[in-house]
Amino acid sequence: MTATIAPSEALVPRRVSVARGYRFELVKLLSQWRVRLLILACWIGPALAVAVVSQQTSLPADTLFGRWMHATGWAGALVVLGFAGNWVLPLLTSVVAGDVFSSEDRLGTWRHLLVAVRSPRRIFIAKALASLTILLTGVAGLAVSGIVGGLLGVGSRPLVGLDGHLLSPGDAFGKILLAWACVLAPTLALAAIGLLGSVALGRSPMGLLLPAFAGLGLQLAQALPMPAAVRLALPGYAFLSWNGLFTSPQQLRPLSIGIAVSLAWAVTATAMAYLLFMRRDFTSMAHDGSVRRVLAFGVLPLAVLLAVSAGVIAGATGATGSGIEKAQVQQSLATAFAHLYRQQASELNHVNVTEAQLRVTASCNKGGGMSVPEGPGNDWRCYVYWHLPDVTDATGQAVYQLDVNPNGRYVADGDGPTEVNGYFQVHTQYGNAPNPLWQFDGNVDLLSATSKG
Amino acid sequence: MEAGGIENGFWGVRARGITKSFGEVVALDGVDLDVAAGQVHGVVGPNGAGKTTLLGLLLGLSVADRGSLEVLGKPVGRSFAAPDDVAGFVDGPGLYPSLTARGNLSALARLRGPGAPAAGIDDVLGQVGLTDVADDKVRGFSLGMRQRLGLAAALLTRPRLLVLDEPANGLDPAGKKHVHDVLTRLAADGVTVVLSSHRMDDLEALCSEVTIVATGRVVFSGPVGKLADASRAVDYRLVTSDQPAARQVAAETDGIWVIDDAGARPDRDVLVVRALQPALDELVPRLVHAGLALRELTPVVSPLESAFLALTEQQEADQ
Repeated sequence: MTATIAPSEALVPRRVSVARGYRFELVKLLSQWRVRLLILACWIGPALAVAVVSQQTSLPADTLFGRWMHATGWAGALVVLGFAGNWVLPLLTSVVAGDVFSSEDRLGTWRHLLVAVRSPRRIFIAKALASLTILLTGVAGLAVSGIVGGLLGVGSRPLVGLDGHLLSPGDAFGKILLAWACVLAPTLALAAIGLLGSVALGRSPMGLLLPAFAGLGLQLAQALPMPAAVRLALPGYAFLSWNGLFTSPQQLRPLSIGIAVSLAWAVTATAMAYLLFMRRDFTSMAHDGSVRRVLAFGVLPLAVLLAVSAGVIAGATGATGSGIEKAQVQQSLATAFAHLYRQQASELNHVNVTEAQLRVTASCNKGGGMSVPEGPGNDWRCYVYWHLPDVTDATGQAVYQLDVNPNGRYVADGDGPTEVNGYFQVHTQYGNAPNPLWQFDGNVDLLSATSKG
Repeated sequence: MEAGGIENGFWGVRARGITKSFGEVVALDGVDLDVAAGQVHGVVGPNGAGKTTLLGLLLGLSVADRGSLEVLGKPVGRSFAAPDDVAGFVDGPGLYPSLTARGNLSALARLRGPGAPAAGIDDVLGQVGLTDVADDKVRGFSLGMRQRLGLAAALLTRPRLLVLDEPANGLDPAGKKHVHDVLTRLAADGVTVVLSSHRMDDLEALCSEVTIVATGRVVFSGPVGKLADASRAVDYRLVTSDQPAARQVAAETDGIWVIDDAGARPDRDVLVVRALQPALDELVPRLVHAGLALRELTPVVSPLESAFLALTEQQEADQ
C-alpha cells in the first residue's frame, strides 16, 4: 500500500555546500596540466624574463618603464605589469574563466555534477569562486615574480616616474602593489566575460577564446582615436590608467573611473552568465551555444553598459574630446623636463638646481602648425624653455618631437641641441646610461583639461 | 499486485501521467511508472523513445511539465535537483579524465561531506573490479571501465534508488559480471534500481519487471515473464541427442512448426521450431518419451526482444 504523503513532506534534496563545491572545482582545475603550467609560468616566468632582459644592453624602451630597467629593479616589475595587461591576463582569464563551464560540456559531465551537487546556483558560485582563486593566484605570481626578478637582477634603487620625478624604493614598491591591485578590476571584467562566454557558448571553442579576443579587441580599441569618455568607458582602460599612479600629482580620476567601469562590467557579465546558466536545460547533452542567446545575454547588455557608462562619464567630466590638448601636453612636457633636467645635472656633476629655479615652460604645435594642436599623433613638436639659474637672465631652449598615443601616453624624443637632449652617455650610480633628457616617457591626464575648464 | 509490489510501505518510484516536452517535441506523454522498492526495473525502448528523459526526471535533471512523481515514497518538488538518496547517470557517467579513478571518487566523497552516508572508495572500486587501476588516470580508461567507475561513483553515496542509463555499454564479459553482481546484490539489500539498456539479455537476467516505452508512451509494463505469454508464436532452438528423431517428433506435435530455413544458420545441427507456449509444453514430454535427451531449448530471439520489436513496431504502425 502506498503511503499517503502530505505536501509538506515533499522530498527536499540535501544540497552540497558552496565551500565543498568550491573545493571540488579547485581540485578539477588544478588537475589540468595547462592550468598548473600557467600558474607555474606566472610565478617563475616574469622573474626570469626581468632578470634576463635587465642584463641586456638593449632595453625594451617602447614598453613603459622599459628604458629604466638598468636603473632599478622596480622598473622591471612595471614592465611585467604592462605586458601582463596586454597579453598575459587575457590569456590567463581565457584558460581559466573561459573554460570553467565549457569544460563540463566537452567532458559531458554536467548531469553528473548536477546530481552530485543538487543545486545549479551553488555550482555557478563554486565555479566562479574557484576560477577567481586561480586567477588571483596567477596575478599574485606575476606581481611577486616581477618584483623579485627585478630586485635580484638589478637591485632596489629609486624609480623615475612618468613625469620624471624620483620615487624612493619604498614609494615605488607601494605604488607597484597598488597598480597590481588596480589591474585586478579589468582582470575581473575579462574573467566575467570569460564566464559569460563559457556559459553561453558551451562546447564551442569561441567560449574559451572570448576573453583573449576581448582583451585584444580592447587593446586595439585603445589605439584608436575616440572621445575620452568612450575610452574610459571601455573595461580595459584600467590596464593603462595605473600609469597615473607614477606621476606627481597622481592622475587618480581616470584611474578610479577605469576601475569603476571595469567592476561594472565584471558584475554585469557575471550576472548575465548566472541568468543564462540558471535557465539552461541540462537534459540536452550537446550545448554549443546559440547566436541569439549570445546576443541577448552577452552583446546587448554589455553594449548598453558601454553606452550608459560613456554617457555618464561624458556628463560628469565633460570629456567629449580626445582629452589631449595643447595646454596639457605643454604642462606635462615641461614638468617632466624639469625633473629630468635635475637628474641630468646631478649625473653630469653640474650645479644642483630646483624645478622652481628652472621655471620650465613648453610651447607645442602639431603638424608644423598646420593642424589643430589637439589629439594623438607623432607630429607634435615642442619647444622647451628654462631659466639658467647660474647665468643671469639667460634662457635655455630645447626641441622635442612627441609621439602621443590616443590614451595620453607619449614618448618625447630630443631634437636638439645635442648637448642638452642629444644622445650621449652620463655616469650614474649603476654605470653609464643614456642622457635622461634624450628620450623619455610622459603621460597626459585625459581628464585634466575638462577638470580645469 | 500493488500491495505485494512494495516494501517498507512505499514505492521506489511511482509516476502518474508524466508529460515532458522540449519545444514542440513531446518526449514523454502521460507516462505511468511503478517500481517497487528493492526491485530491478528495466526501461526499454527504441532510440528517441523518451527513456533518457524519464531517467533524467528521476535524477532531478529536469522537471515534468505535467503529472506527479514520487521517489522513495515522497513527492518530488518542482526544483531542478536530484532527490536525496538517488544516484546514477544518464548518457554515460560523468568523469574527469585528468583525475585518477580514486581521485574522481575521493573528490566526489569530499563533495558530499563527512555527514553524508558514504561507502569506502576501495570498497566500491573492488565491487566493480577496478582496484588494479585505481590510481590510473581516467583519460586512458576504456568505455567499459568508465561505465564501471560511474557505477562505483553512484555506489559511493549509498543510494536507495540507483538510476543507470545503458550501464552495460562497452562492458566485456568480466565487467558485465561485476556489474550484474553489484546490481543483484543491491536489489537484495533493498536498493531500487531503474536501468535502461538495449541489451535484452542483460535486462532479462537482471530485471524482475520492465517498462517498454515507444514515442514517449508506455506500451508495456510488467514482469518479464508476462511478455512470453503474448499470443505470438516464438522461434526456439532445439538441441537433443538425436536431431532427426527430434525433427520427426516436432513435426508430429500439434502447434509446432519446424523452420526449414535453419539450414542457412551456421549451427546446422540446431533445429529451429516455432510454437506457442502451450504447444511447447506439449513437445517437451513427447521428446522425453521418445527417449531423446533434451540438451537445449531456448528462444532464438528472447521474449523481451521479441515483444519489444512487436510492441514498438505496432506503436509505429498505429501512428
